[in-house]
Amino acid sequence: MLSIHNLHASIDEKKILKGINLEIKPGEVHAIMGPNGSGKSTLASVLAGRENYEVTEGTVEFAGKDLLELSPEERAGEGLFLAFQYPVEIPGLSTTNFIKTAVNEVRKYRGEEPLDAVAFLKLMKEKMAQTHIDQSLLSRSLNEGFSGGEKKRNEVFQMAMLQPKLAILDETDSGLDIDAIRIVANGVNKLRSKDNAVLLVTHYQRLLDYIVPDFVHVLYNGRIVKSGPKELALELEERGYDFIKNEFKVEA
Amino acid sequence: MNNELSAIEKTVLTDYKYGFVTDIEADEAPPGLNEDTIRFISAKKNEPEWMLEWRLKAYKHWLKMEEPNWANVKYEKINYQDIIYYSAPKQKKNINSLDEIDPELRKTFEKLGISLDEQKRLSGVAIDAVIDSVSIGTTFKEQLAELGIIFCSISEAIQEHPELVKKYIGSVVPITDNYFSALNSAVFSDGSFCYIPKGVRCPMELSTYFRINAEGTGQFERTLLIADEGSYVSYLEGCTAPIRDENQLHAAVVELIAMENAEIKYSTVQNWYPGDKDGKGGIYNFVTKRGICQGAHAKISWTQVETGSSITWKYPSVILKGDHSVGEFYSVAVTNNHQQADTGTKMMHLGKNTRSRIVSKGISAGVSNNSYRGLVHVGKNAANARNFSQCDSLLLGDKCGAHTFPYIEVKNNTAVVEHEATTSKIGEDQIFYCNQRGIDTETAVALIINGFAKEVMNQLPMEFAVEAQKLLAISLEGSVG
Repeated sequence: MLSIHNLHASIDEKKILKGINLEIKPGEVHAIMGPNGSGKSTLASVLAGRENYEVTEGTVEFAGKDLLELSPEERAGEGLFLAFQYPVEIPGLSTTNFIKTAVNEVRKYRGEEPLDAVAFLKLMKEKMAQTHIDQSLLSRSLNEGFSGGEKKRNEVFQMAMLQPKLAILDETDSGLDIDAIRIVANGVNKLRSKDNAVLLVTHYQRLLDYIVPDFVHVLYNGRIVKSGPKELALELEERGYDFIKNEFKVEA
Repeated sequence: MNNELSAIEKTVLTDYKYGFVTDIEADEAPPGLNEDTIRFISAKKNEPEWMLEWRLKAYKHWLKMEEPNWANVKYEKINYQDIIYYSAPKQKKNINSLDEIDPELRKTFEKLGISLDEQKRLSGVAIDAVIDSVSIGTTFKEQLAELGIIFCSISEAIQEHPELVKKYIGSVVPITDNYFSALNSAVFSDGSFCYIPKGVRCPMELSTYFRINAEGTGQFERTLLIADEGSYVSYLEGCTAPIRDENQLHAAVVELIAMENAEIKYSTVQNWYPGDKDGKGGIYNFVTKRGICQGAHAKISWTQVETGSSITWKYPSVILKGDHSVGEFYSVAVTNNHQQADTGTKMMHLGKNTRSRIVSKGISAGVSNNSYRGLVHVGKNAANARNFSQCDSLLLGDKCGAHTFPYIEVKNNTAVVEHEATTSKIGEDQIFYCNQRGIDTETAVALIINGFAKEVMNQLPMEFAVEAQKLLAISLEGSVG
C-alpha cells in the first residue's frame, strides 16, 4: 500500500530525513518511535504533503500512485489521512459543516455523488456511536475552545468519517491523560480492518499498550535504525532512547 | 513558510459576473453641473417648485464646500463637470403595469437574478428596481397598499405624497451635512421611498435594486424610509454595475426615521464593479446613510456586506434620540486587488438608557486597504448609555492593510463603552489542515472567511444570506493560490 524508498527531506536547507525505507501492507499497524527531533513528525508531514518540506531524494508510492506528485487534497482523496498533533482552530466554522465539506470533496475526487443531508446524518450518527463523540462537540466551531482530549477525539472521528486506506497518527497521545488515550485508542482499534493500515508516530510506548502494532521502527537522526516486533517498544521503554543514541553515535 | 505566503499573495483577476452592459437608448442630460442641470432634472421629473428650490439651495451650498480628504483612501480628483447627472432608459411614458417595461430592461434584471414578474417573484420580497437615474418599477404595490404601506420610487412619492417627503427629506441628513450629501441633494434622480403606518408589521422584505448602466453617469439615489409608531420593516438593497475602464461616482443618501417602538432593519449587499486587478475602473461609493431613533424604544439595525466598489467610503449611523432606543451596526467589508474601503459607523447616544452594538469584520486581500472608522458619542444627558464594539480584521497575504480608527466621546459618566479588536491572518496551517481533509485551497478560504463573517451574515434576511456567502467567496476568488 505504501512504499517509501530512500526518502530524503529538508526544511530551510536543513536535512531532516536522510534515507527512509518503509513498506506498509493493508491490514498492518506500524509504529514509528524515536527521541525528540529524530524526524518523526517531519515524516508524517512529508507524507501528507505539507509545502514547507522539500523532498530532495527518494520515492513514495501509495496505492499504486506516485504520492509525491499529488497535492495534499489529492492525497486525501486517494485515502491518506493525517491525525494532526496540533489540530487547528477555525472560528465560526461548525465542525459538522467542515466534515461534511471534507466528506463530499473526497467523494467528488473519487467520482462519487455527494451525500445528501439525510445520508450524511446517518453516517455521522453511526460514526459518533463508534467513536463515542458527543453531538454538542460537532455543532461547535472547529476545534475552537476544545480541550486537548476533545481535539484528538475529533481527529479520530474525522478519520472514521473519511474511512482512509492509510491513517497516520502524529503523536496522537501527546498531552492526553490515560483515560483520554484509552478512548482515542479504542476509536482507532474499531476502525482497523484487513483493508486499511495505520502508521502511529509516537514518542512513548504507552499508546502501544492500547493500539498493538505489528511492527515497531526506531527513527533516529533521520533514518530508521532498528525495526522489530511489538516487543521492541517495550525494550525502548525499559532502556530509554540513550542506548539507541549510543549505538548509533558514530554515524550521527 | 515564505513559499506558501507568496502563493497566498498571488492575486488573480476575479470574474465580475455582473459586468455586462444593456443596450438601451437613454435619455440623458448633457455632462456637467450647473443650475440648468438641476432645473433639467427637476423638470424631467415634473417636480413641484419647493423641491426645485430645495435642490438649488443644496447646490449653492455645495459650491461653497470643499471635497473632504480625511478618509484613508487615495483616488484621483473627480471632475464634477465630466459626469452625466441624469440618464434614464427611454421607454413609454406612464407604465401602467410591469408588463409594459422594455423587454431589454426586463432581461437585464433577469440576468441579475431578479425577476420583476410578480408570478415568478422571489417569494415574499417586494422590489423597487432603479436603473441609472430612474426607478423602472415596483412590485407588490397593491398588496402593500392594503396595509397602508407606501413603497414606491422617491419621484413618485414627491408627486403622490408630497407632505411626507417635504416633512422628512433632509431631516436626518441635512443638505449642509457633507460634501457628497449636498451634491446628492442637488442632483438626486431617484431612489426608494417607504412609509410604514402606525402599528403595522410589514409582512415581506422590501428591496431596492440599483443598477448603473449608462457610461459616464453618476448615480445619486435618495432613499427615505419612515417607520411610524410601533411598526416594523426589513429592507434590503443590492447594487451592481457594468465593467468599465473609467471610475463612476455613486453618491447616495439614505435616511431612516424610526418613531416610538418602531424597528427598522436595513441590509445592504453592495456589489458595485470593483475595478480590474490593476485597479482600473470601478465605482466610487461615497454614501451617507443615517437613521434616527426618534421615539422611545425605537430600534435601527444596519447590516452591510460590502464586496464591490473600487472605493467605499461610508458610515451608516444611528442617532439614538429616544430613551431606551437601540442602534446596531453589523458589517462585513471585503477588499481585494486595489480596492479601498474606509467604512464604519457612528452611534450618537442622546437619550437615556440607549444601547448600541457594533460588529465589524474586515477582510483584506491583494494589495487592498481596509479601514474601520467608528465613532461612539455619548451626550451629557445620555445616562446609562451602553456600547459594545467589536472590530475584527482578517488578512490574506502580507501586501494588504487593515486599519482601525475607533473614536470615543463620552460626556456622561454613567456610560459604559467597550471596544474589542483583533487582527488575524488566514494561516497556512488552517489551509493545510483543510487540504489534508480533501478540501482545496479555494474552498478552504471560503470556509474560513464565512466562519469569520458568520456573526454578521446571520443578521441578513434568509433569502439573501446564501447569496451573500457566495458573493464573499467570489470576491476573493484567486486571492489565495
